[in-house]
Amino acid sequence: MKEAKAELKRWTRIALCDDIPLREGRAVKVGNREIAIFNLGDRFLAVDNRCPHKSGPLADGIVSGAAVICPLHAWKMSLETGEGVNSASASSCVETFRTRVEHGVIFLEIGAPATPSEGKAAEDLPLLCTEPGTIAEGEATCSHA
Amino acid sequence: MAGVACVEQILRHSPKFAITIFGDETHVNYNRILLSSVLAGEKASDDIVLNGLDWYRQNGIDLRLGVRVAGVDSQAKTVTGDDGSVTSFDKLLLATGSVPLIPSIEEVKKEGVFVFRNLDDTRALLERCRRGIKAVVIGGGLLGLEAARGLQVQGCDVTVVHLMDTLMERQLDPTGGGYLASKMNQMGITVLLGLSTTAILGNGKVEGVQFKGGGSIPADLVVIAAGIRPNVGLGHEAGLEVKRGIVVNDYMETSHPDIFAVGECVQHNGICYGLVAPLIEQGKVLAATITGNKGPKYQGSVQAAKLKIMGVDVFSAGEIGDKLDGSEVIRYEDPALGIYRKLTLNGGKLVGVILVGDTADSHRYMDWLRTAKDLVPLRRQLLFPAPTEDTGIDIAQMADSETVCGCMGVTKGTVIQAIHDKGVNTLAQLKECTRASTGCGSCSGLCQSLLKAVVPEFEEEVKRTICKCIAVAEDQLREILRSQQLKSVQEVLEIYGNGIGCEVCKPALSYMLDMLWCGDHDEDRSARFINDRVHANIQKDGTFSVVPRIRGGVTSPDELRRIADVADKYRVPMVKITGSQRIDLLGVKKSDLPKVWADLGMPSGQAYTKGVRMVKTCVGTEFCRFGVQDSTRAGIEMERRFENLFTPHKVKMGAVGCPRNCAEATVKDIGMIGQEGSWQVVVGGAAGKKVRKADLLITAETTEAALVAAALFFQYYRESANYLERTYDFVERVGIEKVRKETVYAQDAAKQGLLERLRKSKERSSDAWLERYSPHHPSQFVQIQPLEEVLV
Repeated sequence: MKEAKAELKRWTRIALCDDIPLREGRAVKVGNREIAIFNLGDRFLAVDNRCPHKSGPLADGIVSGAAVICPLHAWKMSLETGEGVNSASASSCVETFRTRVEHGVIFLEIGAPATPSEGKAAEDLPLLCTEPGTIAEGEATCSHA
Repeated sequence: MAGVACVEQILRHSPKFAITIFGDETHVNYNRILLSSVLAGEKASDDIVLNGLDWYRQNGIDLRLGVRVAGVDSQAKTVTGDDGSVTSFDKLLLATGSVPLIPSIEEVKKEGVFVFRNLDDTRALLERCRRGIKAVVIGGGLLGLEAARGLQVQGCDVTVVHLMDTLMERQLDPTGGGYLASKMNQMGITVLLGLSTTAILGNGKVEGVQFKGGGSIPADLVVIAAGIRPNVGLGHEAGLEVKRGIVVNDYMETSHPDIFAVGECVQHNGICYGLVAPLIEQGKVLAATITGNKGPKYQGSVQAAKLKIMGVDVFSAGEIGDKLDGSEVIRYEDPALGIYRKLTLNGGKLVGVILVGDTADSHRYMDWLRTAKDLVPLRRQLLFPAPTEDTGIDIAQMADSETVCGCMGVTKGTVIQAIHDKGVNTLAQLKECTRASTGCGSCSGLCQSLLKAVVPEFEEEVKRTICKCIAVAEDQLREILRSQQLKSVQEVLEIYGNGIGCEVCKPALSYMLDMLWCGDHDEDRSARFINDRVHANIQKDGTFSVVPRIRGGVTSPDELRRIADVADKYRVPMVKITGSQRIDLLGVKKSDLPKVWADLGMPSGQAYTKGVRMVKTCVGTEFCRFGVQDSTRAGIEMERRFENLFTPHKVKMGAVGCPRNCAEATVKDIGMIGQEGSWQVVVGGAAGKKVRKADLLITAETTEAALVAAALFFQYYRESANYLERTYDFVERVGIEKVRKETVYAQDAAKQGLLERLRKSKERSSDAWLERYSPHHPSQFVQIQPLEEVLV
């Protein structure tokens, strides 16, 4: 069983960089769940597509820096840490997923949630899908997770 | 500027003089510092006038505009004008300013080569500017950079050529200059450093500039802003002691007992000043001397300079080099934000400051410089002040002697005195009375805080900003976008905002750009709310509602059948008659939207956007026994004329055929109320969060006249309301009288302008649901499938 679980948490080819317009998000159905992937220009960030408030589709929100504002009731969630970052959303959080880009393809690490000890800060890892061949990662953790 | 400012001071001391003022320009005195704002379209030339003709008349001043003084006879005590007039004087005040320094460049006198010194130069430049032409500014100092930005705003493709390796090298160190250069580059202005211009190329008309070493670049227009030199001709003429400028002592006396000089034309203690604050200080001293109150001495000024380019904050004062013996330098840099701060201290006192990217603290540093404040106890708060309750400076802690307005040299004490003694309680009165905030204007916030603190009934001039991302007031921002031809949300955010934006300002900016450029802008869907990305109204479960346009609420059996078929085919969970005489299909999946629209074959009803919703109508004369006007047809026509357009907030309209008002036109944003032989056009009604009866705009005799009146109001609201301001708030804020004056009772040209801009917008607009055929982005409606199977 343990091995089967480790098998689940792997890098998955999820979408093309071109699928997601600059500063917008798109939902991708992965198994039973929807993941919202955002194009921040210098990296892609991914979170669960359900706002912790009323399950609003975060992928449809307006991007503000490295945060998204849920289209339903304007909860603002950090795409880097998953934490709520405005007064309404404070102390709530959404699951985040690591991403990486290779040859114009976005990879998503999907499975068990990443733990804080594992990764480097996302800022250290700039990535550009416009430069074929570059490999970089966007990664995030939520301290509440 | 310096001369008249001094005359103002003289009048304050004593009214005994009969004053004659000669000026070779044909304009009354204006604020020269703001010429760059005129070039950048931020101000009109009338806005920068300092003293109108009335002021001269009231003070009995004989003003001779357009007369150049050609000669001074210091023995006979007369001046001769170039119009041949001879005027005698008891005291003569020279305030001849400076003239542009023209470097030795070959063939400099060509058509298309300008200087940038006075209002006429500015007007000539404005006339010459065309979109897309290549402009080269020679000189990367304050004036050159401001000219460059102005030209760019006017649409020119601008290059700044600077002789030195650092921009504004007299005010900045190389690092600060580097930050400034990268900001200018970011704004789209090319900066070439360390280049000496040797010749202007072209046959009669400028075609390019050539540099030492042989390189050259093309140019259709050249502005020389390489510095200024004191205009000392009359000093020589009068036999005064002249070095670089007319030499004056601490009392501002020249070498002749009855001749005085002030401003950029003088040299005091070896220094010629070219910035406004010292000139105002000199004027005060001179006024005392000339009126027989000799006593105050001019002891030189701390040189301080502020670059006046919106979005490019640069401030410098005092020593800029690191050379001073025993000086300590404290630096802070944030390359990502473009912020650079450098303080130079000597013996525990501030001797120089450079701020690039954020100049909010310039007042604090200027005060430390001027008062030579002991900074030892403040060591930990040099770069960042200890937080105070108020943002900016804590005005209660300011000493009375502290300067509020650096340009005009007005202290806090002077402001407070004016408030107490002269009953000043508005910013306008304060400006008039003390001259504070009439220079570069950067202290207006501080003046307002002072007024607020001291005058209990003071009402702040409300600066309504959209949100925290952009500090510029919304109405001012609209003007800036228009005059500076900004066409993308991100560009606006980068130049005037925090570069990031939020869910409040992004849709607001999207609206402004669409309204101003009628669709000829960069439509950035990432700045739009989801409803405007997929043209449907998002529901609590993430599905969407679809409301097709049913103009005037009039449909047909065929349309109803199609709607029913769509509801069946896509298993629409709810079909509802709306409050607006339309049909709503609720619970449609995003990916089904294009198919639903295609099957409906009806245009978008815009029920999801801040835009034109619908016109609710009654059956008017067609069937109703009481109807006196054909409200159904008029309503449908009104809907056709305005549909597909965006508005600051939603616009719901109504048309009724008689005063029984069955379709409730009196509580609509725009209503047409039919009566015998005429229509009443009413605006600003509401039956939502607020209930408000609409105000009468006009009574029109024909349906066409009524529709035109509605169109005038509609476009006026689009252009003048704040984003998310409904017509009922807008009409209440502006007042219906003003609304009438600006619309139906406006000058013909103004009315034509409104209608023409509306026509242009309408012409470029289209049914948003046509994006089903040509989506804005390939994945706009599509559910993205993972590239490989995943087990979760």
